[in-house]
Amino acid sequence: MTLVKEAPARPAGKRPAAPAAGRRGRRRETLAGYLFMSPWIAGFLLLTAGPMIASLYYAFTSYNLFTPPQWVGLDNFTTMFQDPRWQKSVEVTLKYVVVATPLKLLLALGVALLLAQKRRGQGLYRAAFYMPSLIGASVSVGFVWRALFSDDAVVDRTQKIFGLDVGGWIGNPDYVIYALVALSIWQFGAPMVIFLAGLKQVPQELYEAAEMDGAGPLRRFWNVTLPMISPVLFFNVLLESIHAFQVFGSAYVVSDTRCGPADATLVYTCYLYQKGFKEAQMGFASAMAWTLVIAVALVTAVLFWSQKKWVHYEEAAK
Amino acid sequence: MTSATSPALPTAHERRRVGSIAWHVGALLVLAVVLYPVIWVVGASFKPSKDIIASLDLLPTAPVWANFSGLADGISGISIGSFFWNSLVYAVLAVVGVVLSSSLTAYAFAKIRFAGRNLLFTLMIGTLLLPYHVLLIPQYVLFRNLELTDTLVPLVAGKFLATEAFFVFLMVQFMRGLPRELDEAAKLDGCGHLRTYWSIVLPLSRPAIITSAIFTFINAWNDFMGPLIYLNTPEKYTVSLGLMMFRDQEGISNYGSMIAMSLVALVPVIAFFMAFQRYLIDGMATSGLKG
Repeated sequence: MTLVKEAPARPAGKRPAAPAAGRRGRRRETLAGYLFMSPWIAGFLLLTAGPMIASLYYAFTSYNLFTPPQWVGLDNFTTMFQDPRWQKSVEVTLKYVVVATPLKLLLALGVALLLAQKRRGQGLYRAAFYMPSLIGASVSVGFVWRALFSDDAVVDRTQKIFGLDVGGWIGNPDYVIYALVALSIWQFGAPMVIFLAGLKQVPQELYEAAEMDGAGPLRRFWNVTLPMISPVLFFNVLLESIHAFQVFGSAYVVSDTRCGPADATLVYTCYLYQKGFKEAQMGFASAMAWTLVIAVALVTAVLFWSQKKWVHYEEAAK
Repeated sequence: MTSATSPALPTAHERRRVGSIAWHVGALLVLAVVLYPVIWVVGASFKPSKDIIASLDLLPTAPVWANFSGLADGISGISIGSFFWNSLVYAVLAVVGVVLSSSLTAYAFAKIRFAGRNLLFTLMIGTLLLPYHVLLIPQYVLFRNLELTDTLVPLVAGKFLATEAFFVFLMVQFMRGLPRELDEAAKLDGCGHLRTYWSIVLPLSRPAIITSAIFTFINAWNDFMGPLIYLNTPEKYTVSLGLMMFRDQEGISNYGSMIAMSLVALVPVIAFFMAFQRYLIDGMATSGLKG
């Protein structure tokens, strides 16, 4: 707008050249645009797109890093689908995703509803609850978790009070995965912060109107809050489940470096790491990686498809 | 207090009091669970090794410094300081890389109109959802062929090439919110894009840059998988790998020191968080609303 206003003020001599200058200007803008984003373009080609293509190729080869890749067709995939350890890793990962994600989001939403009330100290609570999301991925916290869930430590002794005598969860193949689930739930702060931001945007009038219509707190939550924050809920479900599929560090650190005991925490990425970097089966590992990408893409697609049914977008968004 | 004078007020007042107490009890309960592991590691660092697991007291009855002085010996001839120094170098390089490359890219997306911009933006957002494991093996092969393994290059190359799409996205959102008049005025004053970027947009984007910088620092500091794959000389290990080496070699004999080192490793992250929590939490919150 301002440009149009300024135009007559320009020296008269330059006016006839305007169309050419415009085209040249546009070309210069394009050049500037690509120059500014050249780091990203280089990164995208060299570190994302190129490697993706390379990995797709490796997936159909036998490759041990030392001799050139040998084309083997679908061999990696057929071996993989029949491999009991691969099946185990899928089972462990699905269990982790399906148990940890809903529990974490439920807690995040519950605490967000609590913190959405204006009370003294609310900001401090919010900060404290967020902190685990920043340190949860560290090796330090992995060690702490290992300690808390080992024999005779606090979790073991607490469960004994309730008559549960299974020992520490770390050494127990049936329970160790739940130590990882607990570590994931402990990091509920990140989705909580996103829920809180969503809750803040719900117009107060809607609650007042619902209250006047005689809706109790539960109805207000179900008919006002939940639809209004459904886009944020969708975002959290998408992000948290994609992250959960890729869990690695906690399995490697909390259980043991072989993701045991008895492959009980052999999450997908852990098996991929073992195959690729311990056994130098780059072809097999690439086939695994692509299978994961396709699985995650499918989950994403299903979520996006399902959002039509339950995600409520405001017509007049801002 | 007012209950004696007016009988109508106290019920409402009392109900509010009860609600307030219930709220604080709930919040404190969550707080206790959230903080327990953190307080535990502080307490454990000051306990003798044999008491750490078995004793249920959160804090030691008689604090000992032995775990920390034990750190001075290092692990198999490598000083603990070396791990912290390596982590610091990695984290600082990562921050410089992310801030520079992401802000340049974000400026192009937010402030320059050019053919193909929308397509590239969609591609960038797409990389946010891509499981990075598909890149793990081919990137390793690439850096191995370039003979760059066992250096920091594979760990920070992506940071200098704006592959952290989340931060580019964060900065684009922020720069789009800056008043257009400012860069138009700069243009009329004869500023090129580089000047506008450096003297106007970059200084005004400080909040987004601080958020990205702190997140990058913390992520690099905590990074475990990257160093695990790429670094194999113990002298080059970061804190994460140092801790793992500690556990493998002295995890039983010197358990207390291992826990003490875990605590020291957490200190920078917690300090950054306390200093900049507003930026971090607001950055997280906007990512969700605009995504």
